[in-house]
Order: sequence, then C-alpha cells, then structure tokens
Amino acid sequence: MDFALSADQREIQALAREFAEAEIEPHAAAWDREHRFPRELYAKLADLGLMGVCVPEEYGGAGADFLSYILVLEELSRADAGVGVTVAVHTSAATLPILTFGTEEQKARFVPPLARGEHLGAFALTEPEAGSDAGALRTRAARDGDGWTISGAKQWITNGTYAGTFLLFARTDPDTPGARGVSAFLLDGEHVRVTRDEEKLGLNSSITNDIVVEGARVGRDRLLHEEGRGFRVAMATLDGGRIGIAAQALGIAQAAYDVARSYAKERHTFGKPIAEHQAIQYKLADMSTEIDAARLLVYRAAWLKQEGQPHTEEGAKAKLFASEMARRQTAEAIQILGGYGYTKEFPVERYYRDAKVTEIYEGTSEIQRLVIARSVLGLRQAERTLAQG
Amino acid sequence: MKIAVCVKQVPEGSRRIDAATKRLDRSGEGALNPYDAYAVEEALRLRDASGEGEVVVVSVGPASAADAIRKTLAMGADRAVLVSDDAAAGSDLVATSYVLANALERESSDLVVFGYQAADSDGAVLWAAVADRLRRPVVSQVAELRLESGRVRGKRQTEFGYDVIEAPLPAVVAVTDAINEPRYPSLKGIMGAKRKPQETLTLAELGIEAERAGEAGSRTVVLALNEPPSRGEARRIEDDGDAAARIVEFLLEKRLL
Repeated sequence: MDFALSADQREIQALAREFAEAEIEPHAAAWDREHRFPRELYAKLADLGLMGVCVPEEYGGAGADFLSYILVLEELSRADAGVGVTVAVHTSAATLPILTFGTEEQKARFVPPLARGEHLGAFALTEPEAGSDAGALRTRAARDGDGWTISGAKQWITNGTYAGTFLLFARTDPDTPGARGVSAFLLDGEHVRVTRDEEKLGLNSSITNDIVVEGARVGRDRLLHEEGRGFRVAMATLDGGRIGIAAQALGIAQAAYDVARSYAKERHTFGKPIAEHQAIQYKLADMSTEIDAARLLVYRAAWLKQEGQPHTEEGAKAKLFASEMARRQTAEAIQILGGYGYTKEFPVERYYRDAKVTEIYEGTSEIQRLVIARSVLGLRQAERTLAQG
Repeated sequence: MKIAVCVKQVPEGSRRIDAATKRLDRSGEGALNPYDAYAVEEALRLRDASGEGEVVVVSVGPASAADAIRKTLAMGADRAVLVSDDAAAGSDLVATSYVLANALERESSDLVVFGYQAADSDGAVLWAAVADRLRRPVVSQVAELRLESGRVRGKRQTEFGYDVIEAPLPAVVAVTDAINEPRYPSLKGIMGAKRKPQETLTLAELGIEAERAGEAGSRTVVLALNEPPSRGEARRIEDDGDAAARIVEFLLEKRLL
C-alpha cells in the first residue's frame, strides 16, 4: 500500500495551490460579496491546462490522471469553492461524459474546445419537478425526420450563462415513463436561452441559471450514447462527479481549519493563546482528524475511478462523509473564531455558507445513503432514483 | 543562442542548521530558489523572442535537487545538468564556483544567467566568482535585459537613478526580482518535464579532482554558530484604543520625534 502522491501529482497540486493562493484567494471575499463570476480567471486557468486536467492530450487536455484533477479541485475550492464548482461541473459533468460515451467524431468535435477552456461546459438534467427523481423529467425531444426537436425548461444549471456546450437530458420516448425513455444530447450555447440567475446562500462566484430550450432542431450527431440510454450517461456522470464535489467539500474544510488553527494560536484569552485551552485543542484535533479521514476516502474513490474499478459506493461514501464533515467543521471554525467568525472580516462564514450545498447537489446526503445502502445490502439500484446534478 | 541558467534548490520553510556539521539541514522538503525563477523566466523570454536557441539549467546540489530542476523544465527550459556528488557536499563559495564553472565550460553558452542571490545562504556573490573563473564580463542587479548584435545590455536601479551597462557576449548576468513576473509551469509543462533530457554528473565526469570540491576545496571554515542575542528589554503595547498615542509618547520620551 502506498499513500504517497507521484511526482507529477505533487507538482500539479503545488501548481494549483500556488496559483490559487496568488490569483484566487485574495479576491474570493470580494467575488462573494459582489456575486461576481470571475470570467477572466478561466482564461488563466485554461492557459495552465487546468480546464482539462484529466483529458488526454489528443483531445486538447493536459493528459494527467483523475487523482491529479481531484487534487486541483481541492486546491481551487480551498481558495474559492465557487471556482471549484465551476471547474468541477465543466470537467466532470460536461467534458468527461463526452469522452466516455461519445463517438470518435463527437470526441474530436466537442472535447478540445472544452479541454482548452475556450468555453465552459454545463450539465442540464434537473427540472422543476425532476431532481433526485430524474425519471420524472419532462423536457421533450420529439422525433423530427432524421433528428429531434427539443423543448423544455431546466433549472439550477451551473455555468448556464457562460456555457458553450450543454449535456442536456430530454425524453425521446413519451410512451415509456421513467428513466428508460430519456436520451442525452450535446447542445451549443445558441440552442439555449438563459431565463434567470439563481440567488444562493453561497457559492456566489459561481453562476446558477434557469434555462429554456425552445424547439432546438438537432441531428443524430448530437445524440450522446444510444437513444433511450441517457439515464445511463447521467448515472455514470454523477458517479464520477460526486468525487469532485467531495473534493470541493474537502478543500472548503481545509481552508476553514487553516484559518481556525492560526487564529487559535494568535488570539489570547485569560492570559494565553486560546490554542492552549483544552476546549479549543479538542476542536482542532477533531477537525484535523475528520479532514484526514475525508481526504483518504476522496483519494481512494478517485484512485478506483482512474484504475477503471467500480467506485459507485466508494464515491458516495466519500461525498457523504466529506460534505457532512465540511458543514460540521466550518461551523466549528466559526465557533473557534467566536464573534469574529460570524463577521465578514474573516472568511469562515463564507466557508460555512459554501459548504452547505455540498450536502445537496450531485446527490443529496439522503441519496448517497441510499446508494451506499443498496450497495452494501446487494439490492438492485431502483431505476427511478437518481441523484440530481 | 544558447543560454545557461544556474539554479539552486533551497530548503522550504524555516532554515535549520545542523549543530554537529554546522551545515544547513537539507533533509526536508526543498524548492527552487525563488530568485532563480526570475532568471529562468528571463532566459525563456530571450529564447522565445529570438525564436531559436536553447535554455539549459545547471545546478550543483544533492540528488533531491532534481525536484527544483524539474520545475524549471516544467516552466519551459529545454534540458538540465545536475552536478551531484557526495564529495561536493559542504562546498563553500570558492569550491562551488569552481564546480559550477567547470560544468558551464562544458556547455559553452553565449549567456549565463543567475538569480542575484539564494534564499538560504543569501550570499549574492556566486555569479561574480563564476564570471571570474570563466573570465567573462558580468553585469549584476539587472532589472531590464536586452540582447543585440552580440552584446548584452543590462539596466539596474541604483540609489541615484539607473545604470545601463553593456558587455560583449559571452557574458554572465545576475537578475533581480524586478526584472519580470515568472510564469507558472503549465500542466502540460509538468507532464512533459520528465521527458526532457536530464543529466546527472559526478565530479569525476567533469574532470574535477575531489580535493577541489566539498570541504577539501573550501577556503572558509565555519567556527561557531550562535543564537542571535536577545533584544533586551522590550516594551509591549496592547491596543486598548489608545495604542497610537502611547507609541507617540514613547517615541517622544526617547527623543525620536
């Protein structure tokens, strides 16, 4: 057993950390306050190859492994979780499924602009009445000669405003209810109209939209995987996507711990640093332990995925534990900072707001428990249950 | 145009000196000397502006220095030469400059670029010693560098304005951290670094007799190392809203205002 990162992984991690500390972290509080999507940042990330970390070089990526990508997400999220989710959705939920399910022609056409960061990718599954229950989805792709005409509304679409490629799920077979009548399509920005910016508790440097597709006419070249097999694409995407969100939660928790730890060493009460009071020591010990535990779960899931081994259960465990840990420990960080922690003078209240959503998107904690329970009990995955994006 | 850049791996974080050997403890994590990143960046810009040529990174240090060297390759340097030999450990400025000059002779580059100092030893003279051994002109503290028709022109800031110094190639320059903004290595650079030529040489391979390097080849001896003296009586002013007034009062009392 070897717990050490490879030289490449360490250098990629160091690059992401160095870049995030210099170019992201100093602006994170302002982006949060102003709800500003830092569009110019993504060109810089693209220059460094961080918009296609684990995409093979022949498709415009950097050709690193999946764990390297997870390390990058952790470091970006440590500086700004909004940047983390933007890159996570772009990569895990839009670029990688095309590599997994696309034809050679689709891979060559759709992946390089994404991997080079020329535009962002988005994942359009969720609808007003279809979240975790994706089988209930209503967006319709009606047969139209050789292709389809797609119409419908989607919500909570990360990157919607800036995306040039949407992986969108629509019902191709109205007579088959549930998941089996759903297909996956690759749409361009021009096929989609953004109707609203969501206001959120946190992740304010990322953008979340309602979108509509109004009679977009697409050919067979935009159908990803087989007709009626879109649900399989969504499931596989979320299996891997979960690991990215777990890494995001991990990065947020690490950031909160870093601030709490250094504050505890500086802040004095009753004549000594609060880090010398046992009540604070216990909190920091627990934080550090739980962060380590989450990190091991996340890296294991990432390693299994890159080795091509089953990782559904392990990814769900990593996501469940890391997200709940992040919510718990960012709250503890506020507690350690006391009144200061509750103010915007320190970043921990932002970490707390940002952490909460990791228990919800890419499959709620409840869904993760279902996935884990079914796996450990050997039960068949119920078809209509799907973690929402 | 062939440019050699001399780089050093320095310990990351706090510096610790081994009391027994009186040498810097290099067992922990190391990193590229931050000043050297400016030298690498400048060399890469010169190469890219001329559209041809080669940037070769040259270092003397333990085998672990390969980590720092890989960063320079990831930034875009073409190849690297590391002189690593147990007999070179403990080299002082005189011995190090001798080893480095020999490695540079072998490269016979048009230009040798240094960062103006190392973050561990803070000597800021190695470039002068190497230039002397190579019998080449040296331009130091360079904050702006130009190459034209076989000459190097360096601009440096002084207390009274700017010096502009010109020298014929081949030459040695030492650059400051004002000269450029070093690039981040790209992911492709990192992935590609290990495929670039990296040579590790022993002293024997450079034709250097062991007594010219390491402690044997050094002319300086560290006699003793001591903690800095305590600052004596210090007054600490806690801010209860009137700290500024109390500091002014203190300065007045000491007749410093």
